[in-house]
Amino acid sequence: MPQTLIDKLWAAHTVADLGNGASLLAIDRIMLHERTGGVALQSLKASGRPVLAPRQAFCTMDHVIDTFIGRSDSTVMPTGRAFITATREAVLEAGIQLFDLGDPRQGIVHVISPEQAIVLPGVTLVCPDSHTCTQGAFGALAWGIGSTEAEHALATSTLRLTRPKQMRINVEGRMTAGVTAKDLALHILGALSAAGARGHAVEFAGEAIAALDLDGRQTLCNMATELAAFSAVIAPDDLVFEYLRGRPYAPAGEDWERAKAYWRTLKSDPDATFDMTVTFDAAAVVPMITWGTSPQQVVGIGAAVPAYSEVAERDSREAYDRALKYMGLASGRMLNEVPIDAAFIGSCTNSRISDLRRAAGILAGRKVAPGVKAICVPGSSSVKAQAEAEGLDEIFRSAGFEWRESGCSMCFFAGGESFGARERVVTSTNRNFESRQGPETRSHLASPETVAASAIAGRLADPRDLAA
Amino acid sequence: MQPFTSLTAVAVPLIRDNTDTDAIIPSREMKTVSKVGLSGGLFAGWRYREIGGRDPDPTFVLNDPAYAGAQILLGGDNFGCGSSREHAVWALAEYGFRAVLAPSFSPIFAANCVRNGLAPVPVPAEAIAHIAALVALAPQAKQVTVDLEQCVVVAPDGATTAFEIAEEAREMLLEGLDGIDLTLKSSERIAAFRAQDRQLRPWIYL
Repeated sequence: MPQTLIDKLWAAHTVADLGNGASLLAIDRIMLHERTGGVALQSLKASGRPVLAPRQAFCTMDHVIDTFIGRSDSTVMPTGRAFITATREAVLEAGIQLFDLGDPRQGIVHVISPEQAIVLPGVTLVCPDSHTCTQGAFGALAWGIGSTEAEHALATSTLRLTRPKQMRINVEGRMTAGVTAKDLALHILGALSAAGARGHAVEFAGEAIAALDLDGRQTLCNMATELAAFSAVIAPDDLVFEYLRGRPYAPAGEDWERAKAYWRTLKSDPDATFDMTVTFDAAAVVPMITWGTSPQQVVGIGAAVPAYSEVAERDSREAYDRALKYMGLASGRMLNEVPIDAAFIGSCTNSRISDLRRAAGILAGRKVAPGVKAICVPGSSSVKAQAEAEGLDEIFRSAGFEWRESGCSMCFFAGGESFGARERVVTSTNRNFESRQGPETRSHLASPETVAASAIAGRLADPRDLAA
Repeated sequence: MQPFTSLTAVAVPLIRDNTDTDAIIPSREMKTVSKVGLSGGLFAGWRYREIGGRDPDPTFVLNDPAYAGAQILLGGDNFGCGSSREHAVWALAEYGFRAVLAPSFSPIFAANCVRNGLAPVPVPAEAIAHIAALVALAPQAKQVTVDLEQCVVVAPDGATTAFEIAEEAREMLLEGLDGIDLTLKSSERIAAFRAQDRQLRPWIYL
């Protein structure tokens, strides 16, 4: 019987059939961070349960730490230090590898995992963070869990799971110049809604997906949680294998050849069936910008805030009015005329080296508009070092961007730092929820290019107008 | 964990689609390395007049004395979307909620609910609207029943709506089971799987 990629991953990890569609699945990799790692490990210890396989677990500092240059254990949030020190003590005691502050391997959990080859094709990987689906870009079954599930995975190297339905999202054709994986993700969200993949694990496939670089594939998979998907996966190819070869936790020697032969089988069979299939035309995607407080409230950068009648099938009147009131916008307002107060490039969605290179390409020789606070937070210490080696930091600084240390930072008001109430931010992050980036902050999601172009224009702007 | 079999209680409507876990408990309210002391931060951005304050906003439904003691939350579609923070469930449970009725749930949120004895009950939007309209007439008198044994919700007028929930989740809730305890009973099976898998995929076992 033909199998999907997800069928194959599920079968390879099934320890026991629990009946009624549920399985006990083996978990190959567990990643932790200081927001919930400390509480999970403390709770585990209190219950007298040891970590079964500490060498298959890893922890980083990203969620609570500051991103200011010269940072320490103290954060803007007064109690941040407790999260950092409690997590450090707990992981070291458990024998779990920690990528601590000051370690060149430190960074946002989903950015450092592939850098270290912790994620590999065919593994199951969990982390108490909803954007764990990012790592499906490497052909892994990777998904976000809660804190109790993290304890379960640490204690047993398994999770109890009811098998999700499966959805294939085909993206045919090629995207046009200046259009990125972020725009594609937002385009899909606009078409399918923020609950469009509920109950499903997603496989992204098609010509446009194969043509994406690995950073772009990660950006796309990252946003699958915004579709309410269980996770997302892309069949691994040579691009993935070549990227991983020789990295710290990648298989080596004989194991490498054996692993690669196995990884080449990790793709959906031609006749495999999905519970749902949708197809998009990559050529129809344009640079996108959100106008509301859900990622599904999104249009092309050259469009206006939609009238209620245009979104009535999706949003209740109350949700629509509430979003516009929060955002300080009105129906019919051209988005590329909306002035901004701040610009942010960072997060597990868009903070990798190619994101920074493309943004720098727009910023080079230009200046951020007066009055706009602009910040760039590289996704990992390694991305930061690479960018500095290429001179990108100079481009960002000369343009008027702050250049920071890596972490989740102002994607979600992490260490208590915020842009301010009613400040309008164009941001390369993943969520435009009310107060996500700080109390009453207004967020517009976009690609790094759109953030850069908007920072220069002082208003939301189409990056294609500034492309070299 | 307290088993959930059947519950008849006051229900409070907060029917907003895509209610995210940042709204359920903002990051700024997760101040300590702990699973408790979070109910004060529940819906903090909507519940209080000022950010970080504790002065109740009387227009927010949870502050309406008519709904005092509510144990059932009536929610909108895609409830619990966003961040995986289990603090959202801990805060709801500590506040006193035992069930959330919504057309659909974020998968991570629903799993977190089950691990904490909070029942995530999928009910169509029309049925929730019907229940909410009746409840509004007299919240303390017009109570709602969630019966997990029969998998039905009973509206104040006696109208029943059947619901489907994964059997594994239903059993965990009905029995008040701790998933880790249950899985640890399979320790030998897990060890055998790992030993066999190590032959097939040695690179996994660092």
